[in-house]
Amino acid sequence: MFGWEFPPHILGGLGTASYGLTKGMSMQPDMKITFVIPKPWGDEDQSFLKIIGACNTPVVWRDVQWEYVRDRLGKAMSHEDYYAMRDHIYADFSYLRTNDLGCIDFSGRYPDNLLEEINNYSIAAGVIARTFPCDIIHSHDWLTYPAGIHAKYATGKPLVIHVHATDFDRSRGNVNPQVFGIEKDGMHHADHIITVSDLTRKTVIEKYGIDPSKVTTVHNAVEPLSKEIEGIKPLRGTDDKVVTFLGRITMQKGPEYFVEAAHRVLQKAKNVRFVMAGSGDKMNEMIRLAAARKITDRFHFTGFLKGKQVYEMLKSSDVYVMPSVSEPFGISPLEAMQVGVPTIVSKQSGCAEILTNIFKIDYWDIDAMADAIYSIITYPSLYQYLKTAGKSEVDEIKWEYAGDKVRQIYNNFAYK
Amino acid sequence: MKTICFYFQIHQPFRLKRYRFFDIGVDHYYYDDYNNENIIRRIVERCYLPANRIMLEMIKNANGRFKVSFSITGTALEQLEIYAPEVIDGFRELAKTGHVEFLAETYAHSLSSLADNPEEFIQQVKMHSQKIESLFNVKPTAFRNTELIYSDEIAALVASMGYHTMLTEGAKHILGWKSPNYVYHAAGNKKMKLLLKNSKLSDDIAFRFSNYEWDQFPLTADKYMSWIASYPEEEQLINLFMNYETLGELQRWETGIFEFFKALPHFAEQYNIQFSTPSEVAKKMKAVDGLSVPYPISWTNEERDISAWLGNIMQKEAFEKLYEIGERVSLMDDRSLKHDWLLLQSCDHFYYMSTKHFSDGAVQAHYSPYESPYEAFNTYMNVISDLEIRINEKIPESIDNEELNSLMTTIHNQDSKIEVLEKELKTLKSKKKKPVTSTN
Repeated sequence: MFGWEFPPHILGGLGTASYGLTKGMSMQPDMKITFVIPKPWGDEDQSFLKIIGACNTPVVWRDVQWEYVRDRLGKAMSHEDYYAMRDHIYADFSYLRTNDLGCIDFSGRYPDNLLEEINNYSIAAGVIARTFPCDIIHSHDWLTYPAGIHAKYATGKPLVIHVHATDFDRSRGNVNPQVFGIEKDGMHHADHIITVSDLTRKTVIEKYGIDPSKVTTVHNAVEPLSKEIEGIKPLRGTDDKVVTFLGRITMQKGPEYFVEAAHRVLQKAKNVRFVMAGSGDKMNEMIRLAAARKITDRFHFTGFLKGKQVYEMLKSSDVYVMPSVSEPFGISPLEAMQVGVPTIVSKQSGCAEILTNIFKIDYWDIDAMADAIYSIITYPSLYQYLKTAGKSEVDEIKWEYAGDKVRQIYNNFAYK
Repeated sequence: MKTICFYFQIHQPFRLKRYRFFDIGVDHYYYDDYNNENIIRRIVERCYLPANRIMLEMIKNANGRFKVSFSITGTALEQLEIYAPEVIDGFRELAKTGHVEFLAETYAHSLSSLADNPEEFIQQVKMHSQKIESLFNVKPTAFRNTELIYSDEIAALVASMGYHTMLTEGAKHILGWKSPNYVYHAAGNKKMKLLLKNSKLSDDIAFRFSNYEWDQFPLTADKYMSWIASYPEEEQLINLFMNYETLGELQRWETGIFEFFKALPHFAEQYNIQFSTPSEVAKKMKAVDGLSVPYPISWTNEERDISAWLGNIMQKEAFEKLYEIGERVSLMDDRSLKHDWLLLQSCDHFYYMSTKHFSDGAVQAHYSPYESPYEAFNTYMNVISDLEIRINEKIPESIDNEELNSLMTTIHNQDSKIEVLEKELKTLKSKKKKPVTSTN
């Protein structure tokens, strides 16, 4: 499998989904997963799969002692794997800038020279694919499509690509032609395409011109809460009801609709506060908008939240709102439901397809959004019902089942 | 000789419009006129008009052998008066034949029989009875509760209002091995006769008639009557209770449902089967046994209980809230407010909030104007909140109900009291004057 992120070092939902899916699939007894990411940190959970770092993959032959390799790689990878891969360098890449081990450096993030990094990633992927035999190649999101294609033609094994998002979701229609090109290329070379929702499936078919029979939806799931997270105590300094938006404050997430809905609710209800947690390029604009609506005394910005803070925030909330304009799936509402927070989700979100015990509204329908918020904070039985029914519903959405569906798709191609 | 007792339920609620919380305290009109009119007109065209026509035809052709009974709710009648008065005329004509019985029930098809205070229930039944009498010139003598909801308690209440016949569901968990094809009486009250729905035969028409997968498809009048005839000799009564919409709406015209009905009297005669109305049955037949129903039953869902309306906590909260404000409403004499409160009692509003089949494919979706039960609850509670504001505008919250009651009586009696006092004043004055004149 080719991915870009893997917990604990994640930047978005892709890492969470990659982790959940591989963990769910590892429950199948005959499944062995090798997962490639640009830059492992060494503290990844390798109990159920093997992680290979593209930054630890030699592409230029260097004569190095094994003690040296062991010390340099640390926990990230074994030196045997290093030597095995060194034997499979397939072309002369000495024109590239490589380090003392003959590896290319990766940032592991989304740097400005992203396209270059994608290209380097696929070079490393060629070495990896030639070294470790596999039955299926599985690429997560457009960053790894070129690597997947390369590996497919190097090994002759079928390629499955996993569409977690398309550029149409990220840009509200103003697609970047280069990204679009890479995505489309990946989809055309793939033997099968997995999308995270029917919404995304539709985009793939309609915008990228893909044969519908080649595209299958496998909805994401959610990891059960760990003891550690369950033990987190909510932080509440107020008796007021708390309504929360949590995510990147970008155009895709529809933050302005949340502010407008808050404005409407505050005209009627006084015992309520709104929180916009997260950061993003629209944050300043949102602060200005809240000020223009004169609601800043009850509308709060927390900035970026990490790890434990996310759950502290969720557990302190009475309502969770995700008004995304276009969300391929959106795992965060499921996480909110896990800790028993009634949830409002836009119909333009993929997760709305599989959830029933939530409010579904159109992202632009601020009246409906405000109304749903108002009723959850005003009518206790509705709050109670959504809390318990939502939790029991989301507890049944397991990665194991998603993994089984992916396996069904593999079975159509592997062992041929 | 066997007899069939047909009863058709006709009910339409006043569906609520999308009522947002901004509307609370601002907009006091709650109903979705467009949607209501649309639905009524559709059902009128598909069902009520053609069905009334064939019923009339059947009654006339059968020379008094074919009889049916209807239970039409007050809210349905009100909407028919507005949107389709021709249907009311149709029922009038049916009433004139003398072979049609109209049943009593709650005006708003409400769950008031389940509320703690029976006052509202009694009030609504009276109101409905008056409405039926004013429209069709007949006074209902048999009673049918909302969705056939029945319990011992309700039976006692209905009996106290002077009704001696009640219709309800032949629920399996109540009947056990007993057959619904006899007349029973209520537990502890031999005078209150019960007619129980034959679920199998009723549902054969209402739900299975056009089902290709059913092994008895297609159902013909001949076959149907032969089934009835094959029941044991002692089982003389077949109660077929269903929604009137079965004709033409649930079972479309194309399925041949109308032709099936038209053929029934003919084959009934062949098999020597009669038709009767509930009150006739109660008069003719004796109750074989008593039925004890401690917990309410109904004709809805597999469980045949009241969980479709009061199953989850949202429904319970809405129900409590509704009857909590009811006491104050009953003390007021604001007609439009009272009417709104009445329309909000229709059990449909609670049915839309049901989450019972929500997760497995939304069975109720066809009947609900809402996208989800949560939205139904949301809208309903917003409307109730507005109603509460209107009540509080008239009566400040600080006055409790008892105090209010005495104040209201004072206000109510003030005119007559003033009159009495004035008279007294006059007589006193004249008395006072007289001695003066006499001394002069």
